Amino acid sequence: MSDDTHADGACGALRRPRGALESEVLAALWAADSPLSATQVREALSGDLAYTTVMTILARLHDKGLVARHARGRGYAYEPTRDEAAHTAEQMRSLLERGSDRQATLARFVSELSRQDEEFLQRLLTGQQEP
Amino acid sequence: MHITVYIPLLIAALAPAVVARAARRLPPRPAAWALLCTAAVATAGWLGSLALLAFATLVQIPGIAREGHWSPQLLRAADPVFGPVGVLGALALAASAAALGTAALRQAAAHRLARREVRRLPSGGELAVLDDDTPDAFALPGAPGRIVVTRGMLRSLDHVERQALLAHERAHLAHRHHRFLAAWRLAAAVNPLLRPLADTGAFMLERWADEDAATAVGDRTVVARALARAALATAGSGARPARLAAASGAVPQRVRALVAPPPAHRPLPLLAGGLVLAVSCASLTSAASDSDRMLDTARMPACSHVEAPGNQDDHRIGGRHHDDRDEHPQRDSRRACGGEGPDSPEHQLPAWEPAADRGSPVPRPVH
Repeated sequence: MSDDTHADGACGALRRPRGALESEVLAALWAADSPLSATQVREALSGDLAYTTVMTILARLHDKGLVARHARGRGYAYEPTRDEAAHTAEQMRSLLERGSDRQATLARFVSELSRQDEEFLQRLLTGQQEP
Repeated sequence: MHITVYIPLLIAALAPAVVARAARRLPPRPAAWALLCTAAVATAGWLGSLALLAFATLVQIPGIAREGHWSPQLLRAADPVFGPVGVLGALALAASAAALGTAALRQAAAHRLARREVRRLPSGGELAVLDDDTPDAFALPGAPGRIVVTRGMLRSLDHVERQALLAHERAHLAHRHHRFLAAWRLAAAVNPLLRPLADTGAFMLERWADEDAATAVGDRTVVARALARAALATAGSGARPARLAAASGAVPQRVRALVAPPPAHRPLPLLAGGLVLAVSCASLTSAASDSDRMLDTARMPACSHVEAPGNQDDHRIGGRHHDDRDEHPQRDSRRACGGEGPDSPEHQLPAWEPAADRGSPVPRPVH
């Protein structure tokens, strides 16, 4: 978080702080089905980062214990460490399901939908995907 | 005092609904600030006016009037507040204060809970991923705050959409949106009529974070797509069942706003709103000074009555005020009486006591 104001870790089409890049790489690893090499991570991030930047970020995530790496070929394959995340998810579930208290502190990305809402959003997505 | 004391109440009752409607047409950032200012001024006006109404009635209670050396008759004559209105004001004030206290305690407890959850999260970086297939994402405020996203949510988005999601939650934390929410909730607790501010405010904060995310990823439609996909994934997971309401929910409105051109900056509604809030503040100030003057008037005759026998001593005690007494007879007689006002009781005793020592008949200041 303290690196957020530094622009030194940012590159690619959109400049963004290193903390944000770390989050994106971590998010990409979590979204993947299997461990990813640095090259695959770079592809998953739309290829807008330099290879060395991706390597640096992966090394930092590994140092923090957020990412585990296994030797694969000549390099490494990276995957997120799950134990702590699973444990935390269990702890957080009570918070997530607690009704009104939750509202006082959290702003969720998306709220609930009605059936009409769902149809509207479906149309929007399919419309945009088929230009 | 006649009308001015009711103006802040009227504004507090009418402004929220109007401001909430108008705010939806503004860009989200100024809208959120406008809603915050409205909540602050409306709450202050509401509490202040109720306090003045309650005060004007309470000082007429003989016991209280005696304490303050006011004449109940004169207070009643000078006071335009109809008795039952003042009593209602006192009751409403008590209810508002109690609701504010309860809400503040609840907020504090919820805040502590969030801080504890933040400390529980695995350390390292802003993002904490939960190994859970239910799509969910939120920001947990703290020092520093954290972005919490489940694996299920990350898997339902592509890279740029994940980027938009992270930028959205980052905006909530960076702009300390939880403080806005807390302020609106407290305001709504004090006066339920301010509820629309809280509801619209929560929506505008989401819009604000959406627009911030759009700036971060450089494409508003990406944010719209991320929202749509995240909402559908959440609905599809069955974690939160679809609402039965026919009205369009917050997410489609946010998506529509992102697909439409960005909202233009409109200074006029902000100016108009600012003016109304200024009127509320001015009315409250005017009513407060009227109330102060009313107490002065009610006190004066009581004092002149007392001073009559010991007028010589008055020069000794209050001699330094001799010159301005000619200009402000009313004000000086209050001083000679010893009290600067109801809030300085310690000044009242020395001036009363010499009179008592002289053995002169000191009539109780009650008529």
